Amino acid sequence: MAMTGAGVSGRAERADALLYAARPHRTLWRDALNRLIANRLALVGLAIIVLVTLMAILAPVISPYPYDKQDYTAISQFPTWTGPHPLGTDLVGRDMLSRMIWGAQVSIAVGLGSQLLVLLIGVPIGAIAGYFGGRIDSWLMRFVDVMYAFPQLLFVILIMAALGRGLQNIFIAIGITGWVTLARLTRAEFLALRERDFVTAARALGAGPWRLIFRHLLPNALSPIIVTVTFGIPQAIFTEAALSFIGIGINPPRPSWGQMAGEYQVYIQSYWYMSIFPSIAIALLMLAFTFFGDGLRDALDPRTRSSR
Amino acid sequence: MAQYIVRRLLLVIPTLIAISLITFIIMHATPGSPLQPQAANANPLPPEAQKALAKRFGLDKPLWQQYLVYLKNIWTLDFGISYQYRTRQVREIIANTFPVSMELGAMAMVVAIVIGLPLGVLAAVNQNGPIDYLCSIIATLGVSLPNFILALFLILLFVLLLPVIPRTGGWSSPIDWVLPTIALSLGPMGILARYTRASMVEVMRQDFVRTAQAKGLSNRQVIVRHVLKNGLIPPITIIGPMFAAIGTGSPFVEAIFRVPGMGRFYVDSLIARDYPMIMAVTLIYGALLAVMNIVVDIVYGLVDPRIRLS
Repeated sequence: MAMTGAGVSGRAERADALLYAARPHRTLWRDALNRLIANRLALVGLAIIVLVTLMAILAPVISPYPYDKQDYTAISQFPTWTGPHPLGTDLVGRDMLSRMIWGAQVSIAVGLGSQLLVLLIGVPIGAIAGYFGGRIDSWLMRFVDVMYAFPQLLFVILIMAALGRGLQNIFIAIGITGWVTLARLTRAEFLALRERDFVTAARALGAGPWRLIFRHLLPNALSPIIVTVTFGIPQAIFTEAALSFIGIGINPPRPSWGQMAGEYQVYIQSYWYMSIFPSIAIALLMLAFTFFGDGLRDALDPRTRSSR
Repeated sequence: MAQYIVRRLLLVIPTLIAISLITFIIMHATPGSPLQPQAANANPLPPEAQKALAKRFGLDKPLWQQYLVYLKNIWTLDFGISYQYRTRQVREIIANTFPVSMELGAMAMVVAIVIGLPLGVLAAVNQNGPIDYLCSIIATLGVSLPNFILALFLILLFVLLLPVIPRTGGWSSPIDWVLPTIALSLGPMGILARYTRASMVEVMRQDFVRTAQAKGLSNRQVIVRHVLKNGLIPPITIIGPMFAAIGTGSPFVEAIFRVPGMGRFYVDSLIARDYPMIMAVTLIYGALLAVMNIVVDIVYGLVDPRIRLS
């Protein structure tokens, strides 16, 4: 491809065009996308994710009732699959289908939002530690080690107890505890890349630290970062579900799948559907993100292919 | 070796102090007071009663002094009195409940190892065969099914639909152990199977395996003598942290199956602002995690002589 810009005469340009036609220009990302599209499980996962996300965004439009509307003529009604309450109603007569649709909002918001926060905290800290090294690095890493020694779920529960219930507090709690892994990964990538010849070359040409970080180091560390964040999404969804399950996550009457599963698990012997429907939804969404994450990892880094 | 172990164990102490300090700060930053009644809408205690309670719990002293007193006390394994069960020592509660959690965790871990490891090995040996598919199904489910969700599915399936198990709740007979153990073991089983498979496949690509095949060893001999020995080292290293994670992951399973373990106290204690219980549970889990990591490093050094402990 070195001769790309060298087409001076028309003939050379035609030769170039022929060359391109014979073997289309392929970038790393294009390659990865092709591999991802060829992976059927990853596409199934992506389809489920898109579906749930649409459900979450369109919840005010498609949900048959508001999530806290009580129907006193149909309390604890079993699923009828048709009629006014296809998935039944809960103990106080709220429509299960509507609550499931609204619950999607919480899972998607927590999954994506908290990982954005993790990205914004973890990558800069890891990048600074990895690029500058020295004393900053050793202090940051000591702090990371202490965070690692903390049992993570207990830490999240502790922070939630301190902050109180609510969606934005869940973001904060997951953000505070979740950035550690990403910071460590970014640091390790930067440490390895820093010594590579192309970085030395860029430095020799006079590139400053910010140019080095943003133009040379970060783009090369991007695929492991993307993969880690993708696997962080189902983890965050799990954490929200777990917090809401034990009653310190989302603020009622707002529904979340974890909150529904937790609130009604006590009644599983008499009203199985109340906890099983949200359980199935959580399992399905987490499965979808796992499939998609696996596909993404295989696509971005074919060497570490773990599944077939 | 002994020197190494002692040094690592000594390093656990500053880690635990850091954990206790963070927990202490967050705990006291949390709104709400242990001096108020737990029931909703209950009248607040009269100020004299609050003062007397505060004095008894040592809450009338400045915070830094409270913390130092706490540190001094746990040195003698005195974890204080529980604020919510005011007649009981935290040490006594822990002594009753911790073994139950450990029993559940150990059983789940044994199930995970006994099924997960061989599954991963067989999957690597018969790549793309039926066992390999089974392995990846279990691995995927294990990674993506939260244990409390799995617990609900298990109850629906084995208690309500096919009444194999007569009841849930309690810890008195082995029949009560089955479902919590399964619910807790699937996650680690999946991770272990997947990790073992990946590690085995990696080793099977190495030159020394090709050499072993070239000199005419049977497939079986190559696998048992050469691949297994090297391929099982990485999975062994994740068993330790996993065991500690099972311990901390169990509050949900313990709550659903009403297992009288330590995990479910954690959330109750947080809601009740039972400071001594929160501290004790966090520290015990932290210590467990730290000790498990040391055990792993030692075992790692024992099974792989290339690694020198220093």
